[in-house]
Amino acid sequence: MIEIEGISKRYGETTVVRDVSLTIAPRTVTVIVGTSGSGKTTLLRIINRLVEPTSGTIKLDGEDNRSLPDYELRRRIGYAIQGHGLFPHRTVAQNIATVPTLLGWDRARIEAKVNELLTLFQLDPVAFGPRYPHELSGGQQQRVGVARALAAEPKVLLMDEPFGALDPIIRAKAQDDLLAIQKHFETTIVLVTHDMEEAFHLADRIAVMDKGEVVQYATPAEMLVKPATVFVESLIGAGERPFRLLAIDTVADAVEPGVAEGEAIASSASQREALSMLLWSGRKALPVVGPDGAVIGKVSLDGLAQRAAGPT
Amino acid sequence: MLRLPTLFRLLAFAVLIAFLVQPQWFEPLLRPLVQENAPAIYNQGSLLQLTLLHLRTVAIATAGATVVALALAILVTRRSGAEFLPLSRSLVNIGQTFPPVAVLALAVPIFGFGEKPTLIALFLYGLLPIFENALTGLTTLPPSIMEAARGTGMTGRQRLMKIELPLAMPVILAGIRLSVVISLATATIGSTVAARTLGEVIIAGLQSNNLAFVVQGGLIVAVLAVLIHDALQAAERSLGSRMGR
Repeated sequence: MIEIEGISKRYGETTVVRDVSLTIAPRTVTVIVGTSGSGKTTLLRIINRLVEPTSGTIKLDGEDNRSLPDYELRRRIGYAIQGHGLFPHRTVAQNIATVPTLLGWDRARIEAKVNELLTLFQLDPVAFGPRYPHELSGGQQQRVGVARALAAEPKVLLMDEPFGALDPIIRAKAQDDLLAIQKHFETTIVLVTHDMEEAFHLADRIAVMDKGEVVQYATPAEMLVKPATVFVESLIGAGERPFRLLAIDTVADAVEPGVAEGEAIASSASQREALSMLLWSGRKALPVVGPDGAVIGKVSLDGLAQRAAGPT
Repeated sequence: MLRLPTLFRLLAFAVLIAFLVQPQWFEPLLRPLVQENAPAIYNQGSLLQLTLLHLRTVAIATAGATVVALALAILVTRRSGAEFLPLSRSLVNIGQTFPPVAVLALAVPIFGFGEKPTLIALFLYGLLPIFENALTGLTTLPPSIMEAARGTGMTGRQRLMKIELPLAMPVILAGIRLSVVISLATATIGSTVAARTLGEVIIAGLQSNNLAFVVQGGLIVAVLAVLIHDALQAAERSLGSRMGR
């Protein structure tokens, strides 16, 4: 649980963050979105005290984040940034071991953790552990950056545009991996991005920032249906709304009884993917198969159309 | 497989050692440079001993300059020491612009003849390259790496020792290399105030109009400078290539 209470940050005359209060539930993904200069990165950096706020408090699990020296606080909070920030003179294994080493873990425990993380991120520990960061591809570097942030098993992981430098295909994969890892470690993630697609894909809740203020803090579905301001609406993109709405829930939630002809869709796919498949194949309904491969019903064009409709 | 430049360096090193240990082998080569009856090989002391003393003087002066310049550079790149940056810059610049000969002249009345005035002159003269390079190295580190270092919870001292100094090391070494090469040449003037360096050979040659002495003193210094320069450069390269530069 992260409680942000009345946080403001001023540099001289300019206010970068203005009186922000948010409560972030444990084991969720919260995405802070906004245009450049909206104060989103500053807000993130105030959580691990890379920036000291002018006023306000932040509590992590009820404990003020100023009750520890700043460096000790940061060892407890994972931090991953755009362009990974890997230490070029240290091997992949040494990079991942950074925080455990600072915490004084014994060698065997560090090695076990490094191997666990590399395996989890689909990097062979024997092949990748001894390499230097410049010998890795962009996607691999980014994974090592996240692995380093997670090495000391932090409850909270802060991410500042972690996928910004990746190409679209690797980015989609990295996002899915992140969600899987978040479930695996039950980490609370706060992620900053300017990419709305990414926000809707990852977020349990989205906080939209504009000129230093949080203008809306809501679940993706709420935000789509009831954008708080014109700014939020324009950020979402009015033309994208029905599709974003469908992208949130899976086909499993839209299954109707009945049968349909042709190629089936998995119940774990998003409703947006179902719509796309319906339109492309020119059918009115698709059979839906469950995780075990058995047909559990159908999903229809009419059914999806109703779900995609905004409030009247 | 040895590459050609490496072979040349090994050869130069072998010839240098041979010349220092058995200079008379090279007597026929130097003979044409001197008049009848004059000695072609330096005969007022051991060339090997003078070379070792020359190297020792340079090593001590450079070590001192490195410690002081590096400490200053670290101090002025910390937040608490930033205000000393202009002052340190001017001090180090004065050290560089003040001619070593003048330093010798000023230091002799205080410290007497011998090695000390030379050490002081070389120390002052060697500060600037090391300081400026260390400053460049420490202030041009990639911001994302510094951010990551803070984000992982390193203290200021840990960032300095584990990240900043190792990353700046190739640039710092380049500064030390420059300083060493300058000092190797400059040390010869120490012999004008009776420091035992290879300058003795050159000065003896000038005084007795013996071109062979001047040439052999100068060549030893030059070969030393080239070899040490290349060795340090190789060290920088191997450090740098590990980091993917």
